[in-house]
Amino acid sequence: MNFFAVRAIYTFELGRTLRTLFQSLAAPVISTSLYFIVFGSAIGSRMQTIDNVSYGAFIVPGLIMLALLTESVSNASFGIYLPRFTGTIYELLSAPVSALEALMGYVGAAATKSVILGLIILGTARLFVPFEIVHPFWAAAFLILISVSFSLFGFILGLWADGFEKLQVVPIMIITPLTFLGGTFYSIKMLPPTWQTVTMFNPIVYLVNGFRWAFYGQSDVGVGFSLSMIVVFMALCVAIIAWIFKTGWRLRT
Amino acid sequence: MASQKPEPIVSIVGLEKIYQGGFHALKSVDLDIHRGEIFALLGPNGAGKTTLIGIVCGLVRATGGTVIADGHDIARDYRSARAKIGLVPQELATDMFETVWHTVNFSRGLFGKPRDPVLIERILRDLSLWDKRHSKIAGLSGGMKRRVLIAKALSHEPTILFLDEPTAGVDVELRRDMWAMVRRLRDNGVTIILTTHYIEEAEEMADRIGVIDGGKIILIDEKHALMERLGRTRVTVGLATPLTALPADFADEGMALTDNGTSLTLTLTGEDDSATGAADLIKRLVAAGLDFRSVETTRSSLEDIFVDLVEKQA
Repeated sequence: MNFFAVRAIYTFELGRTLRTLFQSLAAPVISTSLYFIVFGSAIGSRMQTIDNVSYGAFIVPGLIMLALLTESVSNASFGIYLPRFTGTIYELLSAPVSALEALMGYVGAAATKSVILGLIILGTARLFVPFEIVHPFWAAAFLILISVSFSLFGFILGLWADGFEKLQVVPIMIITPLTFLGGTFYSIKMLPPTWQTVTMFNPIVYLVNGFRWAFYGQSDVGVGFSLSMIVVFMALCVAIIAWIFKTGWRLRT
Repeated sequence: MASQKPEPIVSIVGLEKIYQGGFHALKSVDLDIHRGEIFALLGPNGAGKTTLIGIVCGLVRATGGTVIADGHDIARDYRSARAKIGLVPQELATDMFETVWHTVNFSRGLFGKPRDPVLIERILRDLSLWDKRHSKIAGLSGGMKRRVLIAKALSHEPTILFLDEPTAGVDVELRRDMWAMVRRLRDNGVTIILTTHYIEEAEEMADRIGVIDGGKIILIDEKHALMERLGRTRVTVGLATPLTALPADFADEGMALTDNGTSLTLTLTGEDDSATGAADLIKRLVAAGLDFRSVETTRSSLEDIFVDLVEKQA
């Protein structure tokens, strides 16, 4: 195991975040605060409680998830796309670094950043609405697992993309809509039966609900199923990345 | 010439590369690089130089053949092989917003070595980068960026250093500095393989020269042997009175009447016979009573040799 390489990549990537601290952390915090002001305080005060949870508190796990998914994907994708774009990837390819070590460095850094971001948003949310976390251990587990799996997904995106547009397309066109439609702002029980069925095909439903269960002990779907969905998704991403490094697709000619 | 074969540090056997589009970039290339030498790989654009370097360094996948770098197979034992190799790429690819100090230390870590600030300081001082260590790379000149790439490549103490077009776009002064630095590295035991368009560079620096064209190594030789074997010295004598035909006693090999009979040209093969060749000719001219206005001696450069070779192939 090339420990020094993992450390070098990891600290390099976190260093990149520190240089762009404002965009990296402040921007998502500001946008999340806006959601709380609009949905939590302004509109939320006129909404009924959902499963005995106030609407403002109900959306907290969903909003954290929204930031977590989009930021994990964009951080990890940018982290590996940038060296491909500037050509500095030559160094990684010529170094005695295995796929696993590169992943630990890049994905580890992106996931770390997402976890920190999630905690900051959690703290911000607490300023707007009172809530307590019923299963803190599982909340932390979901936070970490989801950060890692979507950072893995972002890593694939960063390898696949051949332009900056493509990097943005997936978070904006896929992740954000699926998260919005995945029960971030509502319980899927509120939907008509047909749409409830359709929603079940949205994988993000399971993530949001698993996370919400960790907060309030209630969920639209089984928590075991949520966890298995995350693990399956993670395994799939790892398999794809292993294939990419094995074949050298988009990396080695 | 040498009875015992020098020990190869890089051994390439039957290396093949066919790109996805079908382009056959390397055709069964065999090449041994000797430990401690400066080897220059010459060739026109698209000859396969960068592909060859790319395969040895791990950027390009070989279609066939084997490469052993300092005792390690680059495919089966890639970790040990790559740890021995440093690469300075042709493109100035750098992290723009990093400082020199960080980027060079990052490279060392990437190659699996623990931090060593003393060593990094020495490398940066050797490359006149020490004063710039806290500068962002984006703010450096092209020549300085090139040095940063060299510092990165040296940070993990490689025994084999690849320089792909090291002085492309570099001014004359910096080029001289770079040559001096490459010699110092060689003196410290680093084997250097460089590709270049500047034949002057190969002529100045290399111990051995390989010429690649159309994906094949068409020639490998020691520089001096190559110059001797293929080099030419031309003595041109401007005659006071034009001649219509070559005098009989001057009709030896290599002699020709040029420029409408106003000049006599003697072409000698070999590297360094210019002095005696010209002197002999002058003595003969004086003895024969042929008056002349000027004498000019030119020695063919590696460039002429190279152009001849590549043209012959084409």
